[in-house]
Amino acid sequence: MLRFVVAIALCFAFPAAGWARDTLRIGMTQFPSTLHPSIDSMLAKTYVHGMTLRPITGFDHDWEVACFLCTEVPSFENGRAERVERDDGSVGVRVRYDLHPDARWGDGVPVTTDDILFAWRFGTHPASTVPAREAYTDVLDIEVHGPKSFTLDLKDLTYRYNAANVLRPLPAHLEAEIFEASPETYRNRTLYDTDPTEPGLWMGPYRIAEVATGQYVVLERNPEWFGEEPYFERIVIEVVENTPALEARLLAGEIDMIPGEGGLPIDQAIAFAERGDDRFRVVYEPSLFYEHLEANLDNPIFQDVRVRQALLHAVDREALSERLFAGEQPVAATSVHPLDWTHADDLEPHPFNVELARELLDEAGWTVGPGGVRTNAAGDRLSFELSTTAGNRTRELVQQYLQAQWAAIGVEAVIRNLPPRVLFAEHLSRRQFPGMAMFAWVSTPEHLPQTTLHSTMIPSAENSWSGQNYAGYANPQMDALIDAIEVELDREARAELWRRFQELYATDLPALPLFFRANAHIWPTWLEGVRPTGHQDISTLWVEEWRPKD
Amino acid sequence: MSAYLVRRSAEALVAFVIVSVLVFALVGLMPGDPLDLQLKGDPDITTADVERLKAIYGLDRPLWERYAAWARGALSGNLGFSRLYAQPVTAVLGDPILNTVVLLGASLVLGLAIALPLAVAAAARPGSPLDLGINLFAFAGFSVPSFWLALLMILFFAVDLGWLPSGGVHAIGDDSLASRARHLVLPALTLTVLSTGIYLRFARGALLEVIGEDFMRTARAKGLSHIGALVHHALPNALLPLVTIVALQLGTLLSGALVVEVVFAYRGMGKLIFDAILANDYNLAMAALLLATALTLICNVLADVAYGWLDPRIRYGT
Repeated sequence: MLRFVVAIALCFAFPAAGWARDTLRIGMTQFPSTLHPSIDSMLAKTYVHGMTLRPITGFDHDWEVACFLCTEVPSFENGRAERVERDDGSVGVRVRYDLHPDARWGDGVPVTTDDILFAWRFGTHPASTVPAREAYTDVLDIEVHGPKSFTLDLKDLTYRYNAANVLRPLPAHLEAEIFEASPETYRNRTLYDTDPTEPGLWMGPYRIAEVATGQYVVLERNPEWFGEEPYFERIVIEVVENTPALEARLLAGEIDMIPGEGGLPIDQAIAFAERGDDRFRVVYEPSLFYEHLEANLDNPIFQDVRVRQALLHAVDREALSERLFAGEQPVAATSVHPLDWTHADDLEPHPFNVELARELLDEAGWTVGPGGVRTNAAGDRLSFELSTTAGNRTRELVQQYLQAQWAAIGVEAVIRNLPPRVLFAEHLSRRQFPGMAMFAWVSTPEHLPQTTLHSTMIPSAENSWSGQNYAGYANPQMDALIDAIEVELDREARAELWRRFQELYATDLPALPLFFRANAHIWPTWLEGVRPTGHQDISTLWVEEWRPKD
Repeated sequence: MSAYLVRRSAEALVAFVIVSVLVFALVGLMPGDPLDLQLKGDPDITTADVERLKAIYGLDRPLWERYAAWARGALSGNLGFSRLYAQPVTAVLGDPILNTVVLLGASLVLGLAIALPLAVAAAARPGSPLDLGINLFAFAGFSVPSFWLALLMILFFAVDLGWLPSGGVHAIGDDSLASRARHLVLPALTLTVLSTGIYLRFARGALLEVIGEDFMRTARAKGLSHIGALVHHALPNALLPLVTIVALQLGTLLSGALVVEVVFAYRGMGKLIFDAILANDYNLAMAALLLATALTLICNVLADVAYGWLDPRIRYGT
């Protein structure tokens, strides 16, 4: 009996054998709902796929289009792109890609044009559950030149003609038969979810070795990987949704790192950094999450641009970023990110100037009335609802800051927060928000905000609520600039158009820019080679560069 | 007895069907759905894309039609497909059910093992410093917020002392009983602290009620010690109200388990229900909530049966 008790005690007293440095353990807050590359989009899945798959092209650390699975980025200069003028007057483009000659799936089967064709067939099928189908339907045809070479016939010639980021190869030798048997139920039968440890599904530096639904994913080196061999034999991605518990897990040494993509909120990471644990370093990387205020321009208050300008001048965004985010979230001048090559560096964000804000409101006919709130000649109060996603602590803090600063110039913001699903599904997409809403857009490098700013994209009952121009912003100048940028292939000419776009944005303020959200990455000091990008092609796409310092 | 059981089971079945309608309606009436939420982050996803996906997933149909389809499937043993985990619901439920049963079972046994002796000790000397101390422990136990206690447990036992793992069901690559047991300790202990106080308070109250009964005086007159009379005569009689509390407490424990499971990343039913509702995963939410409902109803019926077993004076009418 005594021996039994001692055995049990020993079993509890000593933790399981420590992990060797050949395994990297990563803690995240999200578990991918599916591992299929083209069904649903979520950050956790992108993170895992960065290590296990490769897109044809993606954005590199300089935010430029780069080849991951292809051999050369197509361009008109290298002869891989060709302008096509069709009989109906439309202009398209044909773009030729060659797949990496050594690219193979984890079971040794080469990655070929069959996989590209299958991915396209799946994406364009009426029963397809790909999130944004336009990227597939914009490909009118695919001409195959051989097992490793193909040409995409694209409907429109735009400046993004050579970025084949969305069309991701799917292993036709494993998945095509399952899809063809019943396209309608394919999403429930794909091997990516029914048998994710099948090696032939993966072709990145790692392949999936084990999946415990809702708990963890274990990756192991892919022997068929055609690139540089990664250092770590295994990578374990554990899911802990509760962020204080995730931090505790890091402190207990049960995980090695928390990535900025799907890790701790920035305020928690700042507090963590301030405690100064020398086992870790915290790195902040501004991301393409553009936090802004969208005003419903049907509301007469916001129709006067001077009011919009005054509201922005009245907010000390530098101080806001400094106080709440330790200065790590850059203040936005427009929707264009400061790291984007199209960013006009000499265009400063609206300065904090309370006097100017007051003058602008006076000019607009809003004078200080009883109770300190401004009124116009008709006696209407300068008061509006300010909504954001309820439960988002950071946004709620920003909201209180804005409310206080606007009160100082006689503007009343009444906070009315809503659960995310209500805010986005009804309030915004049906334009039911009467005042102002604070939320973020996530975009890509050199992203043209056509769906959010073009006047044809204002959701209404007539267009079945399509488009994301929730503010209802309509400016022919802006429309013309967006249309011009989209088809301008010359980089210098486009830079000039982008500059004009930003000037117009900063003056007309279709939305009030706040800041670009920063991701906080927490790495062990012994790890090197992890390089966040700030855009959607995240650090795991370069996982083969990760290694211990020694 | 059997007629009573049949009647109680029929009542439970009706309650079960009503709850299924209510749960489906509540989940369905929540504004928005996960597809609408996809619009929020990605300007490339169009409203047309969302409408297309809604049609594919059947989310564009009226609520009653969706319920009828779900009920037909459920009756034939098909609980549908979980959107959240891209797997059949039946495949998703297995492990969490087992994990929660183990967690609740461990916490129940541990809670009663702590509560009953303490209740006897407190009832033996009501108003004494020991009784006051035990009462304080009980109040502290059910007053402390579960998430806070869970985090404290992690910080103390996992971070500071490094004795126990801070979360998970078992170590990765080690699904042994020992590994599962080590991972069970902190969540079970947390849940035990939360529930022990309630058992303790009820057991103490019930004991104090029966202490003044004639049979207790008789027991003492027969020469039994005070503690002996409490344990052998008062405690069995005091168990009766405790059975009700334990049965009713199961639902509360399940909700307490939710927070504990989330903080300890312990994949159980509470966490599954929470995730399914947040993600509007109808099929999974329905199955998980109805399972919890069934568990509570069954426990209530079992409590009724246990009454008769514990107290021979109770007879069931037809």
